Amino acid sequence: MSTVTSSRAIKVTINGTTYEREVEARKLLIHFIRDDLDLTGSHIGCDTGNCGACSVIVDGSLVKSCMMLAVQADGGNVETVEGLAEGEELSKLQQAFKDNHALQCGYCTPGMLMSATALLRSNPHPSEDEIKKGLQGNICRCTGYWNIFEAVKAASE
Amino acid sequence: MTPASSTTTAPETTEVEAPAEEWKGQNVPRKEDRRLVQGQGVFVDDVKRHGMGFIHFVRSPYAHAHITSIDVSKAEELPGVYGTLTGEEVAALTDPFFQISSVPGANLKDYALAVGKVRYVGEAIVAVVAETRERARDASELVEIEYEPLDAITDARRAQDDSVPTIHEDAGGNLMWHGTYEWGDLDAAFAEADKIVTIDELHFHRFNSTPLECDGALVEYNRGVGQWTIHTNNQFPGFAAIMMGPAMRTGLDKLRFVTQDIGGGFGNKITSHPQLVACCLLARKLGRPVQWTEWRTDFHMSMSHGNERWFHETEVAVKSDGTLLGFRTKALDDAGAWLRYEPLGGVIWAQVTPGMYKWRNIRVDFTQVATNKAPVSPNRGYSRMQHLWFTERVIDIVAHELDLDPVEVRKLNYVKTEDMPYETPNGCVYDSGDYSRMLDIGLDLIDYRNVAQRRSEAEARGKLLGVGIGSTLDSGTNNFGQSRMINPELQFSGNNEVATVKLDIFGEIVVTLGTTPQGQGHETTAAQVVADILKCSVDDVHVRAGHDSYWNSHAGFSGTYASQFAVTGLSAVKGATDLLAGEIKKLAGAVFGGVPAEALELADGGVRIKDNPEAFLPFMACGAIINANNAGLPEDLDVTLNCRYVYRPPFQVPDIERKFGNLTLTYATQIHVAVIEIDPETGAYEIVDYAAVDDCGNRINPQIVEGQVMGATAHALGAATHEHFAYDEDGNLLTPNFYDYHVPHAMDMPPLKTGATESPSPFTPLGTKGMGEGGGAGIHAVCAAVQDALRGHGDAIVTDSCNPYHRVWELLEQPREAGGRVTVVDR
Repeated sequence: MSTVTSSRAIKVTINGTTYEREVEARKLLIHFIRDDLDLTGSHIGCDTGNCGACSVIVDGSLVKSCMMLAVQADGGNVETVEGLAEGEELSKLQQAFKDNHALQCGYCTPGMLMSATALLRSNPHPSEDEIKKGLQGNICRCTGYWNIFEAVKAASE
Repeated sequence: MTPASSTTTAPETTEVEAPAEEWKGQNVPRKEDRRLVQGQGVFVDDVKRHGMGFIHFVRSPYAHAHITSIDVSKAEELPGVYGTLTGEEVAALTDPFFQISSVPGANLKDYALAVGKVRYVGEAIVAVVAETRERARDASELVEIEYEPLDAITDARRAQDDSVPTIHEDAGGNLMWHGTYEWGDLDAAFAEADKIVTIDELHFHRFNSTPLECDGALVEYNRGVGQWTIHTNNQFPGFAAIMMGPAMRTGLDKLRFVTQDIGGGFGNKITSHPQLVACCLLARKLGRPVQWTEWRTDFHMSMSHGNERWFHETEVAVKSDGTLLGFRTKALDDAGAWLRYEPLGGVIWAQVTPGMYKWRNIRVDFTQVATNKAPVSPNRGYSRMQHLWFTERVIDIVAHELDLDPVEVRKLNYVKTEDMPYETPNGCVYDSGDYSRMLDIGLDLIDYRNVAQRRSEAEARGKLLGVGIGSTLDSGTNNFGQSRMINPELQFSGNNEVATVKLDIFGEIVVTLGTTPQGQGHETTAAQVVADILKCSVDDVHVRAGHDSYWNSHAGFSGTYASQFAVTGLSAVKGATDLLAGEIKKLAGAVFGGVPAEALELADGGVRIKDNPEAFLPFMACGAIINANNAGLPEDLDVTLNCRYVYRPPFQVPDIERKFGNLTLTYATQIHVAVIEIDPETGAYEIVDYAAVDDCGNRINPQIVEGQVMGATAHALGAATHEHFAYDEDGNLLTPNFYDYHVPHAMDMPPLKTGATESPSPFTPLGTKGMGEGGGAGIHAVCAAVQDALRGHGDAIVTDSCNPYHRVWELLEQPREAGGRVTVVDR
C-alpha cells in the first residue's frame, strides 16, 4: 500500500489547449484526462489494457491511456475524440461511423475512432485485413465489428 | 399471412431514402450518434458533483468463510478518507431484500454487503469512500478482516450431497427452488415412439455479455426532503426500485433514478441494487455525493453471470422418420451464491418450451441450487437461450443417432406457418413466422447445395468441414404473471411501458420514455413512429435521452430488457402520439370556430382543414395557444397537448396449477447457419462462412435491427468458442478480466451474411416484435457444426455449449470419454 505519494507539475497539450496541473505521480493518464480535465469522451472499460476504450494519440502514436501515467505525458501533445470534429463538422471517419451504424451504445466508439484515425494516418487505404489488425486492440461488445470495418473502409475511400 | 421478404448480404451500406410514405421501415440515421461519435455522451462515470467521494468495495478473497472480525479504524484514519460502511451497519439500517422465490430460496437474507459470512470470491464486505479513486483503494487495503474459511461448493451437481457445506443456513441446504413442469401425455408419447434416444448429460456453461462499461452510480441525498437521486446505468429501474424501497424502509418517491447514455447492458445491469443501496446509505451517512464505478475485475467476479445449466437423463420419444413426439429432462440450474433475480430463470425458459418444434408432450423437472460462485442474473437470451440450446442439441443428437439429415428433421418438426398463431403445449402463442423458409434462406446464403464439394476440398487441405444450424426464438414482452409459477404469493402480472408526447410553447415535439436504452436507438425509432402520426420530419421530434423517474413517464416495468421496446415502448409512443394528434385537432377545431375533427388533417408540421388547406395552424401556434395564450378558449375544451399513454399488453394471469398460459406476446425468430473448418492436429477451428436470418415482424429501422442481429451473433460466437467464467475447486474465478476472459476481437470475426423475412405480429399495434437478444443461435450453430465436422472422425457428441480448441481436440482424440453418452433404444 502506498500512503506516501509524490505530486508533480506537468504541462500537457490536449487537442490544442495546454493544461498545467499538479498530479499525483501514480495517476493514470486516462484519469487525468477524465477526472482532472473533465474531457470525458475517452472511456474506461477494463483494468488491464485490453479494451482500448481509453485510446488516445500521444505525440503521433496510438496509446491506451490507462497504460500510461499522466506524468509520462508531460510536455506531450495528446489528441482525444473531442478533437476530431472541426467545429460542427464531423471528421470523415466520425461521419462514416454514423452512416454505417458502426456504433450502438457508443462507449467503445471514442477509442475505436482514435485507433482508426491512427490507422488511416499511417495507412490511408488499408485492406480489410489491415483494418482488422488496426482495430485488434479495441473491444466492442455491441456491433460484432462488421459495421465498424465498413465505416473505416468507407472513410478510406 | 404472407411475410414480406428481403435477403441482403451484410454488411453493406444502405442509402437512406427520403420516406415515400412513412418514416417507419426506413434506415433513418440515428439521433444518438452525433453526440456519441464526438465523445459527448453522458455515461454514468461522466457525472460529477462538487465534493463527491469515490467508493471502493473491499471484497472477499474466499469463496466461503465466516467473517470473524472487521476493523475499519485504520482505513478511516487515513487522510482523504470520508468514511466506511460495513455489513453490520447495513443490517441495522436496512431489511433484507425481498425474495422472489418460494421456500427454501425465500428464506435467504440478502443485504447490500456481506453480513457475518461471505459466499463467493468477490463478494463486497465493506465500502470505503475517499476523495480520490486512488485513496479509496489505499484505504481499502487498511481494512482488516479476519475470516474462518469454510469448504466451498462450486459444482451444482454435488450441491445437494450430504457431504457438502450449506451456503445459506437460513434455507436449510443448497436447494433454492424446485418445480415440475409437465404437459401433454408423456406415457402415450413414449409408447407411440419407434425409438427412445437417451442423453446422459448436457451442460450449458457460465458466461455473460460483459458490457464494455461496468456498473456505476452517482448518488446524492437531499436531506431536506429525504430523497435520493441515483444517477446510474441500471437498466431496469422499476425492478431496482421495488427491491430497494422496502429494504431501505422508504417509499419509492424517495428514490429518483436517472439514466442517460448506458455503455451496453445485455441484462447484466439489472441487478446492481445491492451496490445502489450501499451508495444511498453512504450518501446519507457522509452527507456528500458518492460515486461508484465498478472495476472490470469486480464486474467479472460479482456481477450477473449467465445461468449455468445442466440437463440430465434426457429422453426423447421419436418416430423412425424423425418425428418428435416428446421429451423429458431434469434441468439443474446453478444460481451462484444469491438469488438476485432468480429463480425467475426457472420459469423464463418456459416461454419457449418446445423450441421451434411441434413437440406436444414435455416434462421438465427443474431444480435450482446455490453454489459458491457469483450470483447469476439476466444475460442476453436469459434462460430461453439455455433451453433453446438444449432443444437444438437434442435435434442434432437425434439426427446423428438416427442417421437423419438435420435440415430435414428440423423442417419435419418446425411449427408451420399455416398453424400460426400456434399454441404450445404450455399455452404460449407463437404469433407468426415461416421457419422453413428462413432456414432455406440461411442455407442459400452459405451455399449449402455445394457443401459436399466444399467438404472434400477442405479435406484435401487437411481440414474437417462442418455445417451447423441454430434455430431460435427471441420471445419478447414478458407476462410477469409467469413469476407466480415460481412463487404463487407474488402479485405481479402483465407488463407496461410509458411514453409522454407533448407540444411545447414554440411547437417543439417532446417525447419522454420510461426506457433505459443501451445502444438500441430508442430516440431514433420513437421519432420515426411519432413523425408518421404527426406528419412531420423526424428532425422535428425531440426524444429525451434516458430515464428519469422524477418525470411522470414510467411505470412498474419500465426499463430496457427482455426484447420488448418495439412492442411496449413504441406502442406507448404510438398511443401517446395518437392522443396528441387528437388533441391538436380538437384545439384547431375550436380555433377554426367549431370545425369537427373529421374535417381536419395533420400535414407539414401543422393541422389544416382538409377542404381548405389555406386554413392551417402550425404546431408552433398550437403549442403557444395552449401553453401561453389560452384566454378565450371554450371552457369545455379538454386539451393539454401533453399526452401520456401507458401501453398494457393483452395478458391474462397464467394458470398456476397447470403452469399454463401465454408468457410472452411476441416471438421473433433467428436461424443461423455456421460453416467451420477444424484443424484435426490441434482442434483449432475457424468459422469460414456464416449466415444469420432474422424475422422480427415489421422493422421500424432495419439497420438498427440488423445491428442487433450482428451484436447477438458476436456474443454467441464468443460464448461458443472462448468466453467462460471458469472456477477452480476452491471457488477462485479463473477469468476475472479481459486477459483471461477472451471476448471476440476484430480479427476473430468471420464473414457474415444476413437475411431477413418480415412476419408482422398480429398481436401488436405496429406489427412489431421485440428483438435483440437473439436466443444464442450462434452457440447452437457452432456446437452443431463441430459435431458435424467430427462425423466419421470419431463421431463425438457435443454436450457442452463452450467448445474452445482444446475441447475440440479432446473430442477428436477421445470421442467416447470427452463426448456425450447417448443411447438409442428401439421399441
